[in-house]
Amino acid sequence: MPLGGILFIATFIILFGCFLLFLASKLGRRTYDPVKYESYECGIPVQEKKDTKISVKFYLTAILFIIFDIEIIFMFPWATTFKDFIANGQGLFVLISMLVFLAIFIYGLFWEVKSKALEWD
Amino acid sequence: MGQDVFQIAVNCIKLIVVFLLMVQAVPILVWLERRGSAFIQNRFGPNRVGPLGLLQLAADAVKFLFKEEFIPAKGIRLLYYGAPVAALVPATLAFAAIPLSAPVHIEAFEMLGQNWGPYTFLWQGYEINVGIVFILGVSSLAAYSILMAGWGSGNKYSLLGALRASAQIISYELALGLSIVGIILLYGTFNLTEMIAAQAGPLNFQFLGATREISFLPNWGIFYQPLAAILFFAATFAEANRLPFDLAEGEAELVAGFHVEYGGFKMLLFFIGEYGHMMVASGLMVTFFFGGWQIPLVSYDQVYQSMQELTSSGTGASLLTSLVHFLVWNLKFAVFLWIFIQVRWTLPRFRYDQLMDLGWKTMLPWALANTILTAIVIFIAHS
Repeated sequence: MPLGGILFIATFIILFGCFLLFLASKLGRRTYDPVKYESYECGIPVQEKKDTKISVKFYLTAILFIIFDIEIIFMFPWATTFKDFIANGQGLFVLISMLVFLAIFIYGLFWEVKSKALEWD
Repeated sequence: MGQDVFQIAVNCIKLIVVFLLMVQAVPILVWLERRGSAFIQNRFGPNRVGPLGLLQLAADAVKFLFKEEFIPAKGIRLLYYGAPVAALVPATLAFAAIPLSAPVHIEAFEMLGQNWGPYTFLWQGYEINVGIVFILGVSSLAAYSILMAGWGSGNKYSLLGALRASAQIISYELALGLSIVGIILLYGTFNLTEMIAAQAGPLNFQFLGATREISFLPNWGIFYQPLAAILFFAATFAEANRLPFDLAEGEAELVAGFHVEYGGFKMLLFFIGEYGHMMVASGLMVTFFFGGWQIPLVSYDQVYQSMQELTSSGTGASLLTSLVHFLVWNLKFAVFLWIFIQVRWTLPRFRYDQLMDLGWKTMLPWALANTILTAIVIFIAHS
């Protein structure tokens, strides 16, 4: 059962990382200077707030990603069992069903390109 | 994790060793990258500290430890400190699922007045049936550590870099996932150990009812899925935020991207995460397309028999065989790591719209075409 191993190593890594950060915080020398704690800027005083306005393209990319990723995840179980279906003689049916699904997928991609959802300028 | 104390203890130690193996490979890779880039650009690189500059790594690590601890005034404490720790987790969890060598068979032995039964230990952190799905799922968690760093620093450069990086990672994940579908079609399993077993022996395939064999080539996945190999490797460059896809860092535009406000040891932890992704990508390339730990055209049994001549005990022979296979795996692994470094110092960076176009309009359609073609060819060949 790999779950125990995964939990064990994940806990170990987190503790390892926290320990190293703690060690580094204790060993380093500290000097105080108010300018040092300002946000990094290229030599001029900081003007903008941290909630900088972000291009809507990033949100759009995320939404499109979720749609396509779910479609790809549906292909994974199909891919594992495809050879078994061929051995059972149901290969043609399974292949054609997936081709229909892929046609919808390709149409979606085509529509996305046509509607300029993927243009970055 | 095992039936008795011995097995559980060995499995725990094995997991920690896999993690430390990854962590100690990072300074070596950094050294290799600096020396390699110097070699490519006709410079010297670090060559002062120790022989060939090898002690530079130790010097750097100590220097990182003694750097001043610092958090920007606008930073969010939990996210700022959580991000570097979170950067370590995905790469390690994924790397621990990759088989590094042939399993070790240990015969029954007596210790502390007790009999300990025969064991089989795998050279990997843990074996998972759904290996590929697990690795894909875990390694995409890397986007979280990047977003945490970008948001937690309270700096607009960090935020922009983090957004770019996460948009890039999710875009290339589509091409990555689709190129893997072709590989799964070929092997018919998610399990990495079974995939490696399927690549044993000389190249042979069924075509139109007859089995063809080419005896001078190994039965590697690269000969069946060359396009998937190229797409997969290119997509992993984007996943690992390496040049030519390191738009997240793009120092000409964003200073350093999501880690502008980081320094010292926190920076080093991000480095370990990034190099960890490189290692996972190289390990997966070896597993999917280059036969895993297997020696081309030499079977496991042949190696085992020659090792039996060296030692009398079955445990020793099995251990030696695994070591030989581990070395072979390392050799293949190192080739891909070197390609990562070579590409970084050879190609220029993409522009952001070109990057997105390449991911969505070029690699995704090619991966789709590869999937359809593979399915049709497998259907014709097997029926």
